[in-house]
Amino acid sequence: MSAVPKLEWKAVHKRFDGAPVLAGLNLSVAAGRSLVIIGGSGQGKSVTIKTALGLLRPDAGEIALDGRDTVDLSEPARRRLFSSVGVLFQGSALFDSLTVWENVAFRLINADGVPRRKARERAIGALARIRLGPEAADLYPSELSGGMQKRVGLARAVVADPEILFFDEPTTGLDPITAAAINALIVEQVRHLGCTAVSITHDLASARTIGDEIAMLQGGKIVWQGPAADLDRTDNPYVRQFVEGRAEGPITGAVQSEANAVHA
Amino acid sequence: MTAVGVPAPRPDPVRAIGRGALGAIRSVGAVALFAVRGAAALFSPPWFPGQLVRQLVAIGFFSLPVVGLTAVFTGAALALNIFTGGGRFNAEQVMPQIVALGITRELGPVLAALMLAGRVSAAIAAEIGAMRATEQIDAMRTLSTDPFRYLVAPRLLAAVLVLPLLTAVADTLGVAGGWLVAVRVLNFNPTTYIHNTATFLQAWDVGSGLIKAAVFGFIVALMGCYHGYNASGGARGVGRATTHAVVSSAVLIFAADYLLTSLFAHR
Repeated sequence: MSAVPKLEWKAVHKRFDGAPVLAGLNLSVAAGRSLVIIGGSGQGKSVTIKTALGLLRPDAGEIALDGRDTVDLSEPARRRLFSSVGVLFQGSALFDSLTVWENVAFRLINADGVPRRKARERAIGALARIRLGPEAADLYPSELSGGMQKRVGLARAVVADPEILFFDEPTTGLDPITAAAINALIVEQVRHLGCTAVSITHDLASARTIGDEIAMLQGGKIVWQGPAADLDRTDNPYVRQFVEGRAEGPITGAVQSEANAVHA
Repeated sequence: MTAVGVPAPRPDPVRAIGRGALGAIRSVGAVALFAVRGAAALFSPPWFPGQLVRQLVAIGFFSLPVVGLTAVFTGAALALNIFTGGGRFNAEQVMPQIVALGITRELGPVLAALMLAGRVSAAIAAEIGAMRATEQIDAMRTLSTDPFRYLVAPRLLAAVLVLPLLTAVADTLGVAGGWLVAVRVLNFNPTTYIHNTATFLQAWDVGSGLIKAAVFGFIVALMGCYHGYNASGGARGVGRATTHAVVSSAVLIFAADYLLTSLFAHR
């Protein structure tokens, strides 16, 4: 295994309107591994991913991709560096005005300069990999179910054979059967590409299925990180409360004190 | 919450004015930077000609009916008003010239721009605002595509190119509206009316209006893009962005109109 992590957050801080969301986040994922970040709502999971993607700039700290700090990159340099990144957004974030195949081929056509005909072929190939036939290619996102939109989002994320994939709440809003299908597709695609994956979710079934490693984010910091198999064995009080879904415990206390601070 | 018996702090008017002034300066700076970034994207690749064509059609072609109708009725109403007013000092016969001057220098570009502010600026703000709310703009960035190049620059360029063309149509139809009323209602001679208009108008009357229109086009697209791009707060934020886009477009159009008119006044 390479000594340099594929992606690393080093003492990352981020505040919104003075309130800390990330408070010295330290986290890394090795190349070829699938890391799932779990945690309650409002704990900074989405912010963690967005800082790595350059969509949010951290107030302090470093985010290194292949050992290279990405925080101060210019926009063109960031675009080049992140050309090997694929993202599946929580709401799929498909472009309404484009057809399914144009969504999937968006990067190929607009960033990589692939001719439309060839890009369409590759898009249909990517759709086939996530079990969508060519008949879906000319539909618009509004004509698809939520599960199909997730599949198209996944096809768009993998079409350019990325080295690193990000999944933002990949199963949110899906029924259990569709969620299981999406989880299976994610595992299959990550293995097929041999890429690194970083996911955020509060769906523990999803976390156990798609993660090699799991990290728990609480109060803007990682409070536990370990192999996915250890999730149910650890005695970390935050993880135990989260996994068991108990109302009482350190997380509830933290949530309550934050609520009190807001109302004070 | 204020404790019982403790007086609430008195509002400090100086601080409030200062905060307002700083906010206004910050907003102007943010719009200026946005405009520079959007305009700069026009001068270096990658370009998205497909997006430009789509915007030319959406902004230009689909605005033709509303701009045309507005111009016809405005020209007709202007003719009636000038005839009535001119009659007070026996100057009815200069009505064709004043209609032509008023339409080409002022009403054609301003009304076409206002129609575009209502139709296009709002649509741009709503579309880009919805894209912001549903993370489509974030998705675009992760797909190695600069939203300023893909979304903002084509809209700016399309509006700058199209509004002068719409204004030329508005000028023609506005003068035609005046002619129609003059001939049908006020018994002007149709040939004399056209002759008077054609011999009176100078190229600069039309040209200055078209230059104004290009500036107004930039304003309309800029306000739509800026407010949409910076929308926040879900559906409510998109609605707010749409309103701000229309209102700020209209105000800036009038302000720019005065500045340009004073600049062109002595030519």
